[in-house]
Amino acid sequence: MASVAALRALRKRISPSFTSRIIAFTSNSRSISTLVLAEHEGGAIKPQSVSAVKAAKSLSNDNPISLLLAGSGSALHEAAANAASCDPSVSEVLVADSDEFSHPLAEPWKGGYSHVITASGSFGKNILPRAAALLDVSPITDVIEISDPHLFVRPIYAGNALCTVRYTGAGPCLLTVRSTSFPVPSILANSKSNEAPITQVDLSTFGEDSVGKSRYVKHTSQDTERPDLGNARVVVTGGRALKSAENFKMIEKLAEKLAAAVGATRAAVDAGYVPNDLQVGQTGKIVAPELYMAFGVSGAIQHLAGMRDSKVIVAVNKDAEAPIFQVADYGLVGDIFEVIPELLEKLPETK
Amino acid sequence: MKIMVAIKRVVDYAVKIRVKSDKSGVETQNVKMSMNPFCEIALEEALRIKEAGMASEVVAVTMGLKQCVDTLRTGLAMGADRGIHVETGGPLYPLSVAKLLRALVEVEKPGLLILGKQAIDDDCNQTGQMVAGLLNWPQGTFASKVVLDKEKQVVTVDREVDGGLETLCLDLPAVITTDLRLNQPRYATLPNIMKAKSKAIKKFSPEDLNVEIKSDIEEVQVTEPPKRKAGVILSSVDELIDKLKNEARVI
Repeated sequence: MASVAALRALRKRISPSFTSRIIAFTSNSRSISTLVLAEHEGGAIKPQSVSAVKAAKSLSNDNPISLLLAGSGSALHEAAANAASCDPSVSEVLVADSDEFSHPLAEPWKGGYSHVITASGSFGKNILPRAAALLDVSPITDVIEISDPHLFVRPIYAGNALCTVRYTGAGPCLLTVRSTSFPVPSILANSKSNEAPITQVDLSTFGEDSVGKSRYVKHTSQDTERPDLGNARVVVTGGRALKSAENFKMIEKLAEKLAAAVGATRAAVDAGYVPNDLQVGQTGKIVAPELYMAFGVSGAIQHLAGMRDSKVIVAVNKDAEAPIFQVADYGLVGDIFEVIPELLEKLPETK
Repeated sequence: MKIMVAIKRVVDYAVKIRVKSDKSGVETQNVKMSMNPFCEIALEEALRIKEAGMASEVVAVTMGLKQCVDTLRTGLAMGADRGIHVETGGPLYPLSVAKLLRALVEVEKPGLLILGKQAIDDDCNQTGQMVAGLLNWPQGTFASKVVLDKEKQVVTVDREVDGGLETLCLDLPAVITTDLRLNQPRYATLPNIMKAKSKAIKKFSPEDLNVEIKSDIEEVQVTEPPKRKAGVILSSVDELIDKLKNEARVI
């Protein structure tokens, strides 16, 4: 559970004013140096941000990586300490701590980074393009592969085509990376010996022009004890065929048994069976678990976009013609109302 | 108050796209094109705000080839009051679109700019944030609820973020990008389609707006994603559990 302080920090970081003071910096030196804009919650750095560090590492062997964390209070500093040891390649952690949190991003730019990377969650997607516009550069969304420091692969058309783009601009290269494409080992090496120095960012020198134009009101989070959908090893998804929120509980039970995260199709979300943030697809979450089990999911293009990179896909559907079977490794044609209870009964308990 | 809505013409969402054999892009000749679904939602929201008496006019804007006028007409048939088309030749990246939009905002002076959260072709999810940055306006991205307060000149936006919903209050003028959950767009009725034919569409060129279309991104190639190898259809739950345990070793 996020503490109040962490939530406060989080909201400030998401507010538009956060990005509005980014000052253009010019010296794009030949050498590579990367700023990773990291997300944190409850005193720890988010796994997606560790993926972003991994992506940053793949840019070049000789790449000083700075991590920027913004927020306020003790949760921020706890997260910073955690971030400092999250990966041996992190050379510096920058902390922007301000209660008012007016212009956190501005100062670190003076380092003249060649690359700025963040994970492409709702946080990164909200902030990075705004920063890019202020720097007059084109950002690159949802990078899945870094071929060289200026050559990137990203999916287009709901993942039905892969586009290789070369960044030819003179300014810094701003990327959001798909965290499932840069997986991190589930156990982070918390080697205290490798701790990077933590530096406070001086926020005093920046003006106030767009501060206060947007205010945070509230955050409604979905309380869940299950693993986070974006990082789960196993995902169990239900579609329209579940017919009701009541029936959807079967999916939840199955997920519990497999220690899995629960996902849903747009149809299931629109019908009100589950909240929006469980939607998997082009416009929802992109997942790539080891095992993806789809129950009563037809397999529309937009849904496949969110799960086609899963290692093993299982589909259960009574319609043998459903497109989901074209991507499934194991398909079972049958009634989910019979199959799920049987699975619940026969599946081994996950330790 | 005037509302400006940006709309994009894209390959219809239901079309199974084909990558060109020379890897230069995706086949768009003789393919059904439509208004980007998120743009429809943006336009619908603008129309609802106007119908609630909170806005005086809805201006639909599009950029690109001359065929984009068809998409603009669809927007006019849904109920937009007039259209603006910025005709350009080559591909447009979000940075250029954002600059063109900023220039149009300076001409039209809307109190609210609504866009879709992403186009379903390039899947960038950038333009709204970029134009907000260029205008130095607050942004409410991935909106699933928009409540305008005309008295106070603020707009309250519920945003779909990872892990739940977030509510922000923005001072007008502001930029909003729409998520799927915001509303259910209306269909254009035949009388409205007829009416749309006489609505005005103003033309601009990037030069008129003093925007230089340049790009710092070069598309090297477009390829098909790796194909998944064909799976097997199993006959029973027992077989499934066995395969997952002993063949795939995932449980």
